Amino acid sequence: MTLTTSNSANSDLRGDVAAIRLAERNRLMSPVGHRRMLRVVGFFGLLGLLCVTIIASLSIGARTIAFGVVMEALWQFDGDLVEHLVVQDLRLPRTIIGIVVGASLAVSGVLMQAITRNPLADPGLLGVNAGASFAVILAIWLLGISSIVDLVWFSFFGAGSVSILVYMLGSMGRGAATPVRLALAGAALSALLYALINSILLTNQKVLDVFRFWNVGSLLGGDYNILLQLSPFIIIGMLVSLIAASSLNAMALGDDAAKALGTKLMLTRILTLLGVTLLCGASVAIAGPIGFIGLVIPHAARFWCGPDQRWLIFYALLLGPIVLIISDIVGRVILPPGEVQVGIMTALIGGPLFVWIVRKMRMAQL
Amino acid sequence: MSDLAKARVSSAYIWRSKQFSVRLDPRTIWASLALLVAVLIVAIWSISAGDFPMSIADIFASLVGEGQKPHDFIIFKLRLPRLLTGLAVGAAFGMAGAIFQSLARNPLASPDIIGFNSGAALGAVIMIISFGATGFLVAVGAVAGGLLTAVLVFTLSWKGGLNPYRLVLVGIGIGFTVYAGVSFLMTRTDIFFAAAAQHWLTGTLNARIWRDVYVTWLGFGLLAPLALGLQMSLNRLEMGDDMALALGIRINIVRSLMALIGVLMVSIAVAGAGPIGFVSLVAGPIARRLTLSSGACLGGAALVGALVLISADLMGRVGFAAQLPAGVFTAVIGAPFLLWLLATQIRKGAM
Repeated sequence: MTLTTSNSANSDLRGDVAAIRLAERNRLMSPVGHRRMLRVVGFFGLLGLLCVTIIASLSIGARTIAFGVVMEALWQFDGDLVEHLVVQDLRLPRTIIGIVVGASLAVSGVLMQAITRNPLADPGLLGVNAGASFAVILAIWLLGISSIVDLVWFSFFGAGSVSILVYMLGSMGRGAATPVRLALAGAALSALLYALINSILLTNQKVLDVFRFWNVGSLLGGDYNILLQLSPFIIIGMLVSLIAASSLNAMALGDDAAKALGTKLMLTRILTLLGVTLLCGASVAIAGPIGFIGLVIPHAARFWCGPDQRWLIFYALLLGPIVLIISDIVGRVILPPGEVQVGIMTALIGGPLFVWIVRKMRMAQL
Repeated sequence: MSDLAKARVSSAYIWRSKQFSVRLDPRTIWASLALLVAVLIVAIWSISAGDFPMSIADIFASLVGEGQKPHDFIIFKLRLPRLLTGLAVGAAFGMAGAIFQSLARNPLASPDIIGFNSGAALGAVIMIISFGATGFLVAVGAVAGGLLTAVLVFTLSWKGGLNPYRLVLVGIGIGFTVYAGVSFLMTRTDIFFAAAAQHWLTGTLNARIWRDVYVTWLGFGLLAPLALGLQMSLNRLEMGDDMALALGIRINIVRSLMALIGVLMVSIAVAGAGPIGFVSLVAGPIARRLTLSSGACLGGAALVGALVLISADLMGRVGFAAQLPAGVFTAVIGAPFLLWLLATQIRKGAM
């Protein structure tokens, strides 16, 4: 706009300002509505993806089974057909275990990062993995147990007792269990336990021989009995997490702000940690320490749905199983005739994917 | 709290010249002196203790060149190289850990976060399992693997600048992927190689020679002054990017330099003793709590790292019937200390 036409431009300017105001208002309003819709769409998209993954998991393997036959095996089971037996006895259990373990690990990861306000926190930080590993080592070493199935209860017990210990250590002395103290206490105790584990492994090759296979995590070999016995813990863990979710939103603003908003800090912390212990402890017991999901899925979920804990939990609930089951499928077929354990495949596939997501993120969002 | 801060400011020792000023807090001085004394005590103890115990008089006689032959042999061939390597490796791990914790503004960060240790582990395990290598070649493989991984992580996280949060997340992703390779190799080999790899992955100071001493001290001696010189800029960075910019810090340069120094320090330490865990995690928080410093305390972290590592080595040598590698005991020494500090922490929110 030049100076010579300033008079006539004045009225134009007024119109422009109104237009700009309107555009500004639209710009401010729309992302919120847009984002809300995206969240819902994304949720159902993931739900669809999970269904596809489940069907793929039932049909892909050493012997590929057609979609129609898979459906028949599920609804009109015939015990004489080999393919029906494969679906019902082998692939269905490991798929269901994949769903349960993936969902539990991902949700407990969301909770752990929220409660410690630390993006580097994973459920293992509460000492769950270290506790489970330590109990398993003791069981292999002192009781001579070598079957993975028998190790379930030892690992669940170890996970539970160590996470209680971490909470007590984090909250002893002056003041409450602040996020930093909790994180450092968990890291310190885990390291201590891993040191003991290492000293046993180094002096005892027989134990190492059993342990190195338990340690990579596997969806194979689990059966319905274990799942059934541990399912109450997982259900309670999920419910507790959902109850704590909205309080965790307030706590993200800091302890003082959360208190001012009427959040019961102590109660929320205890509920959240209970949820983490139950979920993560049960999944370590079922499938061994699968490290990647709990740390990374929350970040991937946050990339799509933003920082609202309630949405995060639902997204993690779907994303965890999807990543875990896809990794399991690839692990089955990548190196025939053998299989690559799911704990290894998750990191091999999920790692690069995660790096790609991180590069897409706008850091200001976080 | 504000009273305390005021009192501490007034009691600090400050020297100023025209271009340069040094400010030392009495608490920092006392804590550093105490740490130094502790390092000395443990050092003398670890020279005298072992399967062949020696008195302090014997040790000094040997050090000034008037000792008996067997004493000279044990001190100069066995225990002194081991001790000196341990000091440099521990100090390097401790300082590198403090650097990364400060860069990432996160007490859980360690050189691990940029995937260095995973890369080093993969390099070493490939050397052990695929080529049956031992000793020096394993260290070469480890350092090569670690540096390659670190370069990969830096390249992937550079996007018009080095955002620490992105660096950490990319490091986690790459680290997990690389470590999956280690786990895979561990399950695909026979138990003999798996045990050798497990032993190397724990980290040990066993059988160090004078060459290890020269390499580690040369590296640490070159890098540590650089890191200490940049410490003020590093502490400004902790205030946030905007504040640091306003204070005249060249954010990307300082960050890249510090990260590079940290990576090189870790690679020297890993070459000297293997990927010993926990020293780099625990040294920073312990040093901060002991000195009550508001920023990263790199010198203190180096002292704590050295103390933890040589104590762990001493414990592994004399504490048990079987000699166990130092990497097992760093956590046994460091973890209770950190937990105790957490419980008795003097200032609320001191981190």
